[in-house]
Amino acid sequence: MDILSLLIVVPVLTILAIAFTKNYKQVRVIAAIGTGIQLFQSFNLVWQYLQERAAGNTAIMVFTKSYIWFEKFNIKYDIGVDGISVALIALTGIIVTAGVYASWGVKEQAKEFFIWLLLLATGVFGFFIAIDLFTMFVFYEIAVIPMYLLIGVWGSGKKEYSAMKLTLMLMGASAILLVAIIGLYIYSNPQGGPLTWNILELANVTMPIEMQRIFFPMAFVGFGALGALFPFHTWSPDGHASAPTAVSMLHAGVLMKLGGYGALRIAVGLMPEAAQEQAWFFMILTAFGAVYGAFGAIMQTDLKYINAYSSVSHLAMILFAILMFNATAMNGAVLQMISHGFITALFFSLIGMIYGRTHTRDIYKMGGLMKVMPILAGTYMVASFASLGLPGFSAFVAEMTIFVGAFQHPDLFHRVATILVASSIVVTAVYILRAAGILLMGPIKNDEFKSLGDALWYEKVTLIVLIGSITVMGMAPLWLSDMIMKSLTPMLQGFVTL
Amino acid sequence: MTMDFQYTILIPILLFFSFVYNILWGRTRSPKIAGLISTTTILIAAVLSYYTAYQYFFNVGLVNGSYEKIIAFKMVWLHFSDTLVVDMGILLDPISIMMLVVVTTISSMVHIYSFGYMHGDDGFARFYAFLSLFSFSMLGLVVSSNIFQMYIFWELVGVSSFLLIGYYYQKPSAVAAAKKAFIVTRFADLGFLVGILLISYVTGSLDFAVLTDPNGPVMLQGASLGFMGLSVMTWALILIFIGGAGKSAMFPFHIWLPDAMEGPTPVSALIHAATMVVAGVYLVARLFPLFHIAAPNAQYVVLAVGGFTSLFAAVIAITQIDIKRVLAFSTLSQLGYMMAALGASGYGAEEGIGYTASMWHLFTHAMFKALLFLGAGSIIHAVHSNNMTDMGGLRKYMPITHITFLIGTLAIAGIPPFAGFFSKDEILVALHQSSHFWYWVEVITAGLTAFYMFRLYFNVFWGENRHYHHKPHESSLSMTFPLMFLAFMAIVSGGFFMFDFGAFISSNLVPYDIHIHWDIAGLSIFVALIGISLAAMLYLKPSGISTKMATALGPVYKATYNKFYFDEIYLFVTHKIIFNLIARPSAWFDRHVVDGFMNMLAWITNFVSGSIKGLQSGQLQHYAMSFVSGAVALALFFLYFMTR
Repeated sequence: MDILSLLIVVPVLTILAIAFTKNYKQVRVIAAIGTGIQLFQSFNLVWQYLQERAAGNTAIMVFTKSYIWFEKFNIKYDIGVDGISVALIALTGIIVTAGVYASWGVKEQAKEFFIWLLLLATGVFGFFIAIDLFTMFVFYEIAVIPMYLLIGVWGSGKKEYSAMKLTLMLMGASAILLVAIIGLYIYSNPQGGPLTWNILELANVTMPIEMQRIFFPMAFVGFGALGALFPFHTWSPDGHASAPTAVSMLHAGVLMKLGGYGALRIAVGLMPEAAQEQAWFFMILTAFGAVYGAFGAIMQTDLKYINAYSSVSHLAMILFAILMFNATAMNGAVLQMISHGFITALFFSLIGMIYGRTHTRDIYKMGGLMKVMPILAGTYMVASFASLGLPGFSAFVAEMTIFVGAFQHPDLFHRVATILVASSIVVTAVYILRAAGILLMGPIKNDEFKSLGDALWYEKVTLIVLIGSITVMGMAPLWLSDMIMKSLTPMLQGFVTL
Repeated sequence: MTMDFQYTILIPILLFFSFVYNILWGRTRSPKIAGLISTTTILIAAVLSYYTAYQYFFNVGLVNGSYEKIIAFKMVWLHFSDTLVVDMGILLDPISIMMLVVVTTISSMVHIYSFGYMHGDDGFARFYAFLSLFSFSMLGLVVSSNIFQMYIFWELVGVSSFLLIGYYYQKPSAVAAAKKAFIVTRFADLGFLVGILLISYVTGSLDFAVLTDPNGPVMLQGASLGFMGLSVMTWALILIFIGGAGKSAMFPFHIWLPDAMEGPTPVSALIHAATMVVAGVYLVARLFPLFHIAAPNAQYVVLAVGGFTSLFAAVIAITQIDIKRVLAFSTLSQLGYMMAALGASGYGAEEGIGYTASMWHLFTHAMFKALLFLGAGSIIHAVHSNNMTDMGGLRKYMPITHITFLIGTLAIAGIPPFAGFFSKDEILVALHQSSHFWYWVEVITAGLTAFYMFRLYFNVFWGENRHYHHKPHESSLSMTFPLMFLAFMAIVSGGFFMFDFGAFISSNLVPYDIHIHWDIAGLSIFVALIGISLAAMLYLKPSGISTKMATALGPVYKATYNKFYFDEIYLFVTHKIIFNLIARPSAWFDRHVVDGFMNMLAWITNFVSGSIKGLQSGQLQHYAMSFVSGAVALALFFLYFMTR
């Protein structure tokens, strides 16, 4: 079995093992073991990848394998990874592990819960290793469908409404996306001959510009909707608010990154000419979205809504950076995917832990939690600092790379838009500190909260894993940044700057 | 002789470890251990800094008549692109070494002082952890070899300041002050960031060595590109100065500093008087060749903002009652002096007297202002109040605090032979050479300074004898020792260096001799004496004159007392305009318009399906009926066409 396929096989085996368990205690132990192996595999992959590169392998994708899957349409199980996908696989491994420990307390229908959760993870891993568009799309759908059940069954609040809304909007987006992918396939061989879904082969073909003009926006919006592109982001606040903790973590932490990854690799990567033509329009949307999301977060009182709007703002930066056609900015985009994945997962896990104790997410009903639960509150403070882009944490590295990269664009319009996006960091400080101030500081508002306990051991595992990742990336970003950069170079060589 | 300065990396690293240890494990150990770890590390850092200063100035000394810039350590932290690289490095030159000495000295004193001041406090370990974090960040900032590295540590000192202002986090006013400080400076830092972006775009470099080379190509780059009549470089430097103005609380970003006094008093002494707030001044000094040669207009902005702030803050300080706020406004005013001196300075040895004066004043001010704040802390500790209306006649109870505070007051008032006199005199000389208008502004400010400082001094230590609930007593040695040490420094740092500061620090690294200009000095002493006499008249003995004057001035007094309503203006802009006119509507718009549109699509789909779902009722008669009528219709249809 090759190193990449194991990334799908292990979660599937874990799911099978869980199916034979008897009670929730067995379920979570098996889930922890399975994701533990998966985490090890993800890190091992990064290590192997770096070894491979150090050994002088300069292929765009390494560890490639290809099996015919559906011959008539030339659909293959084509897999391979480069620095970008390796980094995102490591992210996924970490978030899934943290998510399992964050769900340690799930007792109702635990078996089904973990099965769906791991199926979602399987889809994500598959998506990141696939280099065949169709296979990629299949994995994408595998990742999205469990969401409906996870929110609808284990969620809270108006969960049916949110689950339905999320699924319908994402399905709508993937329908548009499917059209774009089929378009790429049909025009994959202008000279005639066999058609292909393979990304590497598609990258060498130039699709007729008229067709690109139609399919690029479809692909960008299709992926963008998953990456909270304004105005297609509205599923996300409701969806997150209703989702159980681990699902929010996985969803915001990883699933939404599929959008950015797809937009980079497929929309912009395969249709660069149209992308450059139409970039101005999407730049306005994303730059606006970055500021708008931040302002939207200021007035929220529900912790999950604050975080959801914050994600809208931070994810807009990813799509914004992708449109810059500049290695530095695109590098920043990938770094931001990873960084936001860690930080938002940390936030959602903390919100889940706090909610589990206080049974409210309304910041005005809480206050002074720092005195009651110093570890959870202290970690929330750290997460806040990380999210507002403080040096030493990952978001700073990512955002600065985006700003510096985007600002090198010779066109004035791009630079002005960059300043607009950069100004969102001030607004971010406002809503983050406002929420943290009300929630954690000041006098204790509710006497019942005085007896609440602090973090339990499995909660600490989640927090340590995520904070560790955030600080390591924030303090020593060089290796990660260089690894991604080297994989972006071949992609950018294909682009002709207009 | 070449020297290996690589060990200097230990200075920040030690403090970082102390921070990590105390934040993770400090809570679970005895508080004393946390305090000892932090204090020991900062003392080691201080010793290393003094050793470095000695080596640098006396052992390496001059090379071809000027000091060298030494890169003691350098590693790549992040590649933005091939040319834009963020290094973590240690740059040793006269000003960075001076800052090392200032920061570690004041920080050590504050560490020792806090043993007494914070004794018995719940968060003792946390307090020391944050002090270590601050010292680490501040030292990282001053030795930066790269403008981006400086920005990184710049943000870190900002967050340390946030954490320490909000140290008493259960007090809503402290939380509000911490947030205000962070957000105001963050807003200014956006200017700094955009300035860095512009510089990176124009020059393609982030390295100070490239950016501040007076003969380098950078000095001309961006001169041809213009925007609204000023060159791009000018704009970049104005934006960077905005960042500096935010940190140094220059007008109109001054509003956060008085509120920052909510933090524990040792913190006010360390961060909000002696070290962090001078970061803005240091930033301008660091980029001085660029300001002076490439963008004289930006340098004039520095002068104007600095000069205005010093007068403005001095006027407000006259009316304040909270002793820490009086000191906070005096800090603003003194920072204004330093900025103005940089703004007025030329480039070169003697021409650059403003530069030397600014750095000198930074040095002396750090000593006497830390002294004044720690003295104030000692007073507050004894009286349990911040208001000077609750104080009076304290000289009898607290002799050491009294004498040391008097030394600090004389130093800031500019009376020889105390430190402030010398550095302030050089600033006035520099202004006199450059701009008469700002020279007179600062002379007036000097008079005001003497007045409000002695108003404070007389009110607290003389004046009316209050009845105290607990008889005030002198503080313990851990608190009085730093006072005595800093008082000693406030005396010698001026006189000791009297004609020598130029031998260490000059704008082009070439040493020169400084002279006292008695014509200018005479005037400033005269003005200061007038201020002191006025204060003595009004406040030495209890008298109703000051109250009467306040009533007579009515609205003017009220406006000054309320700091010219700048806080209210900011509140109006943030709460009324940004919150109510932008944030609330965007949240509403998102829920009702954007999301409403999506829901409407769903509703239409639902409606349409609802209207046509009756067709599939599951009742056989309906199906049969439709089937038969359809068949008949088709039959008729085909028959019609077939028979034509």
